[in-house]
Amino acid sequence: MDIIVCVKHVPETAEAEIKIDGTGKAIEKNGLVFDINEWDDYALEEAVLLKEKFGGTVTAITVGSEDADSVLRKCLARGADKATRLTDPKFEGSDGYAIARILAKVIKDLPFNMILTGTQAGDDGYAVVGVILAELLGIPHATMVKKIELNDEVAKLNRELEGGLEEIVEVKLPAVLTIQTGINEPRYVSIMGTRKAMKKEIKVLGLAEVGLGENEVGEAGSWIKMEKMYVPPVEKQAEFLKGSPEEIAVKIAEILKAKGLV
Amino acid sequence: MREIFVLTEHRQGQIRDVTFEMLTKGRELAGKTNTELTAVLFGKEVKNHAKILSDYAKNVLLVEDAKLENFNSEAYQKVLSNLIRERKPLLTLIGHTSFGVDLAPSLAVSLGTPLATDCVDLEFEDEKFTVTRQMYGGKVNVNAVLRKAESYIATVRQATFPVEKGAPMNGEIIEVPSPLSEEITKKRFVEYVLPPPGGVDITAAEVLVGIGRGIKDESNIPPVEELAKVLGGALACSRPIVDKGWLPNDRQVGSSGRTVKPKLYIALGISGAFQHVLGMKNSDLIIAVNKDPKAPIFGVADYGVVEDLFKIVPPLKSKIQELKG
Ligand SMILES: Cc1cc2nc3c(=O)[nH]c(=O)nc-3n(C[C@H](O)[C@H](O)[C@H](O)COP(=O)(O)OP(=O)(O)OC[C@H]3O[C@@H](n4cnc5c(N)ncnc54)[C@H](O)[C@@H]3O)c2cc1C
Repeated sequence: MDIIVCVKHVPETAEAEIKIDGTGKAIEKNGLVFDINEWDDYALEEAVLLKEKFGGTVTAITVGSEDADSVLRKCLARGADKATRLTDPKFEGSDGYAIARILAKVIKDLPFNMILTGTQAGDDGYAVVGVILAELLGIPHATMVKKIELNDEVAKLNRELEGGLEEIVEVKLPAVLTIQTGINEPRYVSIMGTRKAMKKEIKVLGLAEVGLGENEVGEAGSWIKMEKMYVPPVEKQAEFLKGSPEEIAVKIAEILKAKGLV
Repeated sequence: MREIFVLTEHRQGQIRDVTFEMLTKGRELAGKTNTELTAVLFGKEVKNHAKILSDYAKNVLLVEDAKLENFNSEAYQKVLSNLIRERKPLLTLIGHTSFGVDLAPSLAVSLGTPLATDCVDLEFEDEKFTVTRQMYGGKVNVNAVLRKAESYIATVRQATFPVEKGAPMNGEIIEVPSPLSEEITKKRFVEYVLPPPGGVDITAAEVLVGIGRGIKDESNIPPVEELAKVLGGALACSRPIVDKGWLPNDRQVGSSGRTVKPKLYIALGISGAFQHVLGMKNSDLIIAVNKDPKAPIFGVADYGVVEDLFKIVPPLKSKIQELKG
């Protein structure tokens, strides 16, 4: 079972203060902590679990800058065998379509039985790369996968639907599966593993090696183009309760009492 | 006249809400672009659905086939791409749902049609098609322009466009023969499964204390559960808490969990991603505690506290206990 996992290096923004940069089309990245995209973390773990069960190899691939090496090193430390980074200034401004096209061009020449990606990336939230990749490679796909069972050439999958419901589907391999959070418990990396991963090679390919033209990547090769980024207009804002924690607790208790909730 | 397509999403005999939301937005867009609104419906014996849709759209394109009984992206893609090629709609709207994300991207590639996903607004201006999307968990909005094309596809965020029925449109139901001559071979629907019910029904609780990733560690949960108990309520949570296995999945609030409407919802360390908000925004009273003053949860809460939740929980619990005597 040879598995390719597509991963992305993304900023953690849930707790960070976000500022829009001078271009007005992106956020200020300085000072933000980057890590593997949350969904990809589960995809990587699933790939490693399948390898441990059925044998084979796991190859991690990313489209990103040199900084993304930290994510690839993490993949190697966690059990990936090989890592490839696709890097070129021309790749900047690529939407999910252009990213998938870059990945497809490289992956089509690699041996694989399965490709795993995250359901979506936490930064742009397109949720398209895996499915576009499948279509470009001419293989089937299934999204939002929460369980994988392999029988011969068929994967039996649980897909997450809304409201807690799931559906079971069967997909012929090779296929692209996009992984939903909660499918497994991503493992921690041992220091030994991290040290060993530092010594492994990361293959780096640019536009020419990938074999695409300039107009097939970046903004030119994309379906959608960012025009403006802005802080969402405030439609409704909570009334903020201020003071020491004690004082705030008193205020909340009073509100609840006034509403007959205690 | 050119059309705007809305793909009907239905499951287990029910048309899903997102369909009517898209029809509402579609009607507005059709008015502005001088196009006709067309609902597209695939299924097996779904004429009753077609009838409902005819109130909302000028045309209902109905394709019936046993192979379309349950959603299957492979079958849907074949049928929908045929219709799009034939009728060249200006725009095809699809829900940004589990079904939609399984279909729209490959459909767009197969047609060579630009796609924008998870849109919260859409606008045609002159020849330009602009969408509004959110990024970074709802902390910023972006306006994005689609590459100029004859036809576009967009997936639309659920619960974004309030449904307005308007005057019935008495749409014409047009039956289209199914183009599916061969078996669907790469993908097969097997069945629906519902995870076994757990011990607590959060949809029945009058008071819910919801915890999010801000709780940091499983060992921090018991004191918060006590607060919930003192308030006579139950503990609920955001998705990462279930993903980590700290609470069972029937405690999860949001699009892939439960929809709740308690008298009081206290959100502790929850950022307010739209998938969570979808499940709790109709609570009578919402109080949110979050360290980040810019957290989107403060846009839905009635009262907000910008503070470390661990500093608020203990005094709040004792104040409530005092009040109860
Ligand atoms: C298809 C799909 C379906 C989904 N369905 C759901 C769903 O049903 N329900 C759901 O909840 N999510 C769902 N999600 C996930 C959702 O997008 C968010 O990732 C999730 O809701 C984030 O959870 P959170 O707010 O707990 O964590 P985060 O976004 O990480 O936020 C943590 C918050 O805690 C605050 N915080 C940290 N420490 C403290 C402290 N000491 N005191 C106070 N505040 C603190 C931070 O400022 C931050 O705002 C879904 C996602 C997808 C793609």
